[in-house]
Amino acid sequence: MSAAAQAAPVAAPRARNAISGMQRRRRRTAWLFLSPMLLVLALVAGWPLLRTVYFAFTDATLFDIAFHELVGAQNFAFLASDPDWWAAVRNTLIFATASVAIETLLGLVIALTLNARLRGRGPLRAAMLIPWAIPTVVSAQMWGWMLHDQYGVINAVLLSLGVIATPWAWVADPSLALWSVVAVDVWKTTPFMALLILAALQLVPRDVYEAARIDGLGPVGIFVRITLPLIRPALMVAVLFRALDALRVFDLMYVLTGNSPSTASMSVYARQQLVDFQDVGMGSAAATFLALVVAASAALIIVAGRVRFDTAGR
Amino acid sequence: MFGGVLAALCMLVPGTPRAQVTISISCSALGIEARLCREGAEAWAQQSGNEVRLVSTPNSGTERLALYQQLLAARSPDIDVFQVDVVWPGILANHLLDLSGRIDVAGHFEEVVRNNTVDGRLVAIPWFVNAGLLYYRRDLLEAAGRDVPETWQALTETARAVMQAERERGNAQMWGHVFQGRAYEGLTVNGIEWLASHAAGRIVEPDGKVSVDNPRAAQALALARSWIEAITPLGVLNYAEEESRGVFQSGNAVFMRNWPYAWPLLNAEDSPVRGKVGVAVLPRGDVPGGVHAAGLGGEQLAVSRYTKHPDEAVDLVRYLTSPAEQKRRAIAGGFTPSIVALYEDEELLAPNPFFRDLVPTLRSAVARPSGVTGARYNRVSAEFAAAVHKALAGQAEPAEALADLARSLQRIGRAGRW
Repeated sequence: MSAAAQAAPVAAPRARNAISGMQRRRRRTAWLFLSPMLLVLALVAGWPLLRTVYFAFTDATLFDIAFHELVGAQNFAFLASDPDWWAAVRNTLIFATASVAIETLLGLVIALTLNARLRGRGPLRAAMLIPWAIPTVVSAQMWGWMLHDQYGVINAVLLSLGVIATPWAWVADPSLALWSVVAVDVWKTTPFMALLILAALQLVPRDVYEAARIDGLGPVGIFVRITLPLIRPALMVAVLFRALDALRVFDLMYVLTGNSPSTASMSVYARQQLVDFQDVGMGSAAATFLALVVAASAALIIVAGRVRFDTAGR
Repeated sequence: MFGGVLAALCMLVPGTPRAQVTISISCSALGIEARLCREGAEAWAQQSGNEVRLVSTPNSGTERLALYQQLLAARSPDIDVFQVDVVWPGILANHLLDLSGRIDVAGHFEEVVRNNTVDGRLVAIPWFVNAGLLYYRRDLLEAAGRDVPETWQALTETARAVMQAERERGNAQMWGHVFQGRAYEGLTVNGIEWLASHAAGRIVEPDGKVSVDNPRAAQALALARSWIEAITPLGVLNYAEEESRGVFQSGNAVFMRNWPYAWPLLNAEDSPVRGKVGVAVLPRGDVPGGVHAAGLGGEQLAVSRYTKHPDEAVDLVRYLTSPAEQKRRAIAGGFTPSIVALYEDEELLAPNPFFRDLVPTLRSAVARPSGVTGARYNRVSAEFAAAVHKALAGQAEPAEALADLARSLQRIGRAGRW
């Protein structure tokens, strides 16, 4: 690409018409090839999203969805006045920030370790992926049993090691519950981060490290001034993916603690409105707000992290 | 295929008493419940010369309700007879046939019949009932020389004393009392038991008034709050039925509040507490006017307003809810009948000896306010459970949690108009 870009100005004056004609044709072809995908996207993503936004301004119920009236911003006003909603927003933001930060750090450590020339690196990498491969509902249920205050294995181990004196109620104690959920998510999703970071690490040319060592840079210096800048684009994309995923979190909370207000995320709140209360209007308003929060967070991460998708792989 | 041949034959035979119709019934698809339902419905079919078709529905209650609501909203005649939970009549009432005058409900528990009557229309017939029970460790109470507690205050003291004694004897995991404290429908039932036994109302009264913000309700919640970490593990805040049974059945609790389903399981071959458990009516509140109050559960049968064969559908419901059929279900599956007189039937009591003690509990059963709050019931229940959960977790003072709750219920119920 860079070679073409350098060559273009020289060639431009003579061949402008020919190239632009060809470009036009190629652009047309590209749109032609893209159109089936755009159509499918519009049908399966665009239309439901628009429907949801529309329902957010109505009083529709699941009971009789065809009969509804437009009620303006009433649902959003109710949402804004509901302390449970704001607790859900707070829970979601705490969860997303904490889990993504811990997963990034741990993922980085694991990726750096695996990137070293270890014996048995292949099996290690495969073993690392197991938590990520288990369906979330299954691992959440599994952790639910392990974290049970009376007969859970976590308390049994910690008690026998003398770390804690009495059993802790990991998922029941309101001050612990959200952090237990974060811990389970970290267990599950760190492999994903580690794998993406590992892929980026393996693309860093070896000779750069050699040159740095010859110039007398220590291991910390190498990490901060060479490794980190070189993997930053890929790292930011991974963080972006995880953050968007974490903001939509539903299954972990729902399986571990049900609708408990001390851990409920925005998605749990939206589901409760929509399914338990049959209130399509309120549920759609919550879902619309969630989509806005996700979009705003994505924009923030892209701008603040200077994420550039076209160079992410380099 | 065989049915088709039979139908064809019936049409050929002159003088067939009446046209044969097919009635669809949706009942639970789970194990013994499904089998008993099929047997009952098929017996009716044979006797009446009609046919039945069983429709499988989702196991989860909320999903089953959502399915019913969609079917009924579409005025679909696909299902004629519905099995409905005790809190659904209010939600579904507009789509169900009025059965008053068509099926006699004289011998049934009055509270259930009242629960199934919405705006003067009897929309569902009780099929089997459920009520909250107090399970206790008979062996431990006898060893400590203590009676089964009559009041919640007495339960608190007995639980503390027995728990201390057991812990001193080396069982460090022993607790006094477990119940369902997770923020879900089960906590609503536990909470309404505490409130009703303290003469503190039923959250929303039958006339639509929000009654939950009162001093006796705050007192009841404060008592329950005092149990946490004293006689009840903090983990109870995330327990549903099975988690509390897990603690009690492994021998680590003196008392447990649970439904009748736990009885056969507690006395199963491999149960550590087999033969050591007693059942009693839940304690009453230690206040003037305090009563024994058990949360009402159970299932009803209802007929869709959109059925094409109302007479046959009503007849099927009449048959399935009859004393004979309820007796058969009690003997074969341990389902607690909704007809009072059956609790004196020796044949029925033989396999279920503890049924004898249930009558006072069932008579004292309190229904959740699902009739008056109608389609908004789930919202009311979720708000109430969340408020009780906050009070139990110590995140809010009971009185303060109840005042907040009353405010949101006023808003949800449009100031009592519902």
